[in-house]
Amino acid sequence: MCTTCGCGDTSLVPVDVHEKILAGNDRVARHNREHFAEAGVLALNLMGSPGAGKTALLEATARASGGRWRLGAVSGDLATDNDARRLEKAGIPSRTITTGQGCHLDAELVHNALHGFAWKDLDLFFIENVGNLVCPAIYDLGQAANVVALSVTEGEDKPQKYPVMFKGADLVLLTKCDLLPHLEVEVSKILDGLRRVMPRFEAIQISAKTGQGLDAWIGWLEARRAKVARGTGAAAHGHSHEHPHGHGHEH
Amino acid sequence: MHEYSLVQSLVTRVESLALARKATVVHRLVVSVGELAGLDPELFQTAYDTFRAGTICERAEMELRRVPARWACSGCGREIPKGEVLTCPDCGLPARLSAGGDEILLETVEMEVP
Repeated sequence: MCTTCGCGDTSLVPVDVHEKILAGNDRVARHNREHFAEAGVLALNLMGSPGAGKTALLEATARASGGRWRLGAVSGDLATDNDARRLEKAGIPSRTITTGQGCHLDAELVHNALHGFAWKDLDLFFIENVGNLVCPAIYDLGQAANVVALSVTEGEDKPQKYPVMFKGADLVLLTKCDLLPHLEVEVSKILDGLRRVMPRFEAIQISAKTGQGLDAWIGWLEARRAKVARGTGAAAHGHSHEHPHGHGHEH
Repeated sequence: MHEYSLVQSLVTRVESLALARKATVVHRLVVSVGELAGLDPELFQTAYDTFRAGTICERAEMELRRVPARWACSGCGREIPKGEVLTCPDCGLPARLSAGGDEILLETVEMEVP
């Protein structure tokens, strides 16, 4: 009500909010993260351009890890389930998250994909994002780390052109390194570019085809797995899982 | 083109704020966008102007405030100019981004309340 004269007119009030526009997504992401931590699952958000070699990388990971981990994946795809089918063939139980026109995965899509999927029995859970170096970067999914696949064919200046994506990366996998003899690309320039956009620079040169760098990648996964294994259990992260779930069923 | 889905999140949030205060009209929004937030401010403005029709934001102008992104050493605070390697040349520690440099925040909503 108008406080000046009490005439009954409406009054204009500024409401201070100061809240992230993606606060809703971040809440669901936290929820996913708690689930993963509690089940002792290492969840990784794998991002990169279309054709950067994300699926091939996961296929190679299944081969190189030699059955030491139970792997699983969800793949974001605009229109097909080709990636999930490739991963199944490689021995990685997979689900497709069809995004239609959606250019990225969000925490809710990942949460929904967990339903009816035996993700709790996994050691490593890959969230293969939609191929895109822009949109997926700003959506937290509840992952433990961001891994960005960047192929050597994409050009030396990609890190500086897409700083937001690389700023959030915990690891960059420089893929298709077997092609280097055929390209006029200097790996040192790509690595230098990454150091200018990634405050905690870490990169591995890799080839899913020849197996180059896969040992280092498996080693990185092992180190990350060890952290999750140590933190397993509700007591470790103070989350009893008695919180209201909101969707009324178990998964 | 995640600008449209961000506008959707924004409008949903404003709707719930307005509902909580029984607001009749929303007049103005202030949103701050960090330089490294991964959002094109002009595209976001266009998306907002397209999407707001028929929502509580129909008559609400959106003011976008651009927040610069600055890097500084996470230890000694030495500024690291844009484009440089993001490791402090003195301490060897990783750089840290300035507050709001990578955030998209709904700052203020001006609404008419009974």
